[in-house]
Amino acid sequence: MEYLNIVFQEVYKILFLLVPVLVSVAMIVWLDRRVWAFVQKRQGPNVVGPFGLLQSLADALKYIFKEIIIPSSSNKVIFILAPIVTMTLALIAWAVIPFSATQVLADINVGILYLFAVSSLGVYGIIMGGWASNSKYPFLGAIRSAAQMVSYEVSIGVIIINVLLCVGSLNLNDIVIAQQNLWFVIPLFPMFVIFFISALAETNRPPFDLPEAEAELVAGYQTEYSGMMYAMFWLGEYANILLMCAMGAILFLGGWLSPIEIYPFTLVPGAIWLILKILLLFFLFALVKAIVPRYRYDQLMRLGWKVFLPLSLIWVVLTASYLFYFNLLPTN
Amino acid sequence: MIAHAIFFYTFSIIAVVSAIMVTASKNTVHSVFFLILDFISISCLFIMIGAEFLGMIMLIVYVGAVAVLFLFVVMMLNVAQQKNQWFASKDSSKHIPVGLIISTLIFFEIIIVIGGWKYKPEIFDINNSIVQTSISNTHSLGQILYTDYIHVFQISGMILLVAMVGAIVLTFRQRSGVKRQSYIKQISRERAEGVEVLEVQSNKGVKIDD
Repeated sequence: MEYLNIVFQEVYKILFLLVPVLVSVAMIVWLDRRVWAFVQKRQGPNVVGPFGLLQSLADALKYIFKEIIIPSSSNKVIFILAPIVTMTLALIAWAVIPFSATQVLADINVGILYLFAVSSLGVYGIIMGGWASNSKYPFLGAIRSAAQMVSYEVSIGVIIINVLLCVGSLNLNDIVIAQQNLWFVIPLFPMFVIFFISALAETNRPPFDLPEAEAELVAGYQTEYSGMMYAMFWLGEYANILLMCAMGAILFLGGWLSPIEIYPFTLVPGAIWLILKILLLFFLFALVKAIVPRYRYDQLMRLGWKVFLPLSLIWVVLTASYLFYFNLLPTN
Repeated sequence: MIAHAIFFYTFSIIAVVSAIMVTASKNTVHSVFFLILDFISISCLFIMIGAEFLGMIMLIVYVGAVAVLFLFVVMMLNVAQQKNQWFASKDSSKHIPVGLIISTLIFFEIIIVIGGWKYKPEIFDINNSIVQTSISNTHSLGQILYTDYIHVFQISGMILLVAMVGAIVLTFRQRSGVKRQSYIKQISRERAEGVEVLEVQSNKGVKIDD
């Protein structure tokens, strides 16, 4: 009986995390489309509900009632598994995100490694979908995304090392608390910029949306998907974007800390600050989508391997020597 | 403890079954997916014995990078077709002795390792370096790796670097006549190089290429 109680408590906690995440994914799609529209002097979705807020829910409803078509020549098991993998991986990563010093589902020692591992597994949903479709465009999209995501993961990993050098712990809450005096965005500003651009590439956002470049590949790996399976890809993608924003907020913008540690600001719960920071980063994501043209494939590879990787490696050496020289290395 | 046992047996059964399926499945891409499943369940086992750092590194390095490239190559090469052709041809029986020799070698190696571990545990010398239990295993791993084993660690890094350079040198070929974009050239272009003002005579025109 006690066992069951613990299980129920955990399930309750997980639901309390997942439902807001899913709802905010739907809202974020709306926000993305609205920002995109305003940059181009359009209105965007503004009909369903107040300010068009319910547009994503209406879209989701449409997807649910559409027929799921499975191509006869596809590899059926993997074809069905692919969107499930994408969605699951995008959601399980939220387990370690701290919303305040105590509000975290799993406060594990290697939180940042877990986040990095889960985000690097995200490529499998795309490869599986592209390969199982057994069709040219999805396959090309899958191959592009495999190369792209692996390349940009490398620089994200090196950037994380930069932050870890300043913190001395892999725990996400420790990373947040280490920024109490100074957010890492100030001393590590170039790394923040590189992290932001790599995050765009990692989540296949424009200007790096080559896996689904509509002008060349129809819809890339999603070409053969329809109905709810397509919607799951779409939800997983946006959940991943939100996750990357959360990661950026925790690594560089002080996570759940309030910007100024004085009286009226400290009253606001940490979760609100984290959400505001995630929204700020997402706003930048949406702006980039609206104002930047798509990269060519060789330019994308060049940027990842020849610009970002050397730069972030040099910055690791710089950070380490600075911390060592001024005796600032964290000890515990 | 029961929950622990349930999880342990679940992960180990998945690991063993998927390891068998890697060799047994007909489709090469499927075997790579089983290999990935194997890696994931082994990293879960690592986490269960408290080695969370190793488990996560296993996920990041093997599943997140190595297996992706593996899958990439297997998909591109269309190995499945070649394998079927290979099995259909008569030469295939020639390779059986080689496979047998390698597998017996590996089998005896495993026997030696397990036997030594069972009957002479002192040769493994696990307790040589002091492991502190009060700090997280990331810290203790770093403390051992960067003090007692620093030379081995550096040498293995050098070997990997040399292997990478070697692979690049082997596959690198200089191709002539390939048009490359040079950003420095593009940016440093002056107006004088690109634009020329000409007096165009009527009915004669201008010859642009010369």
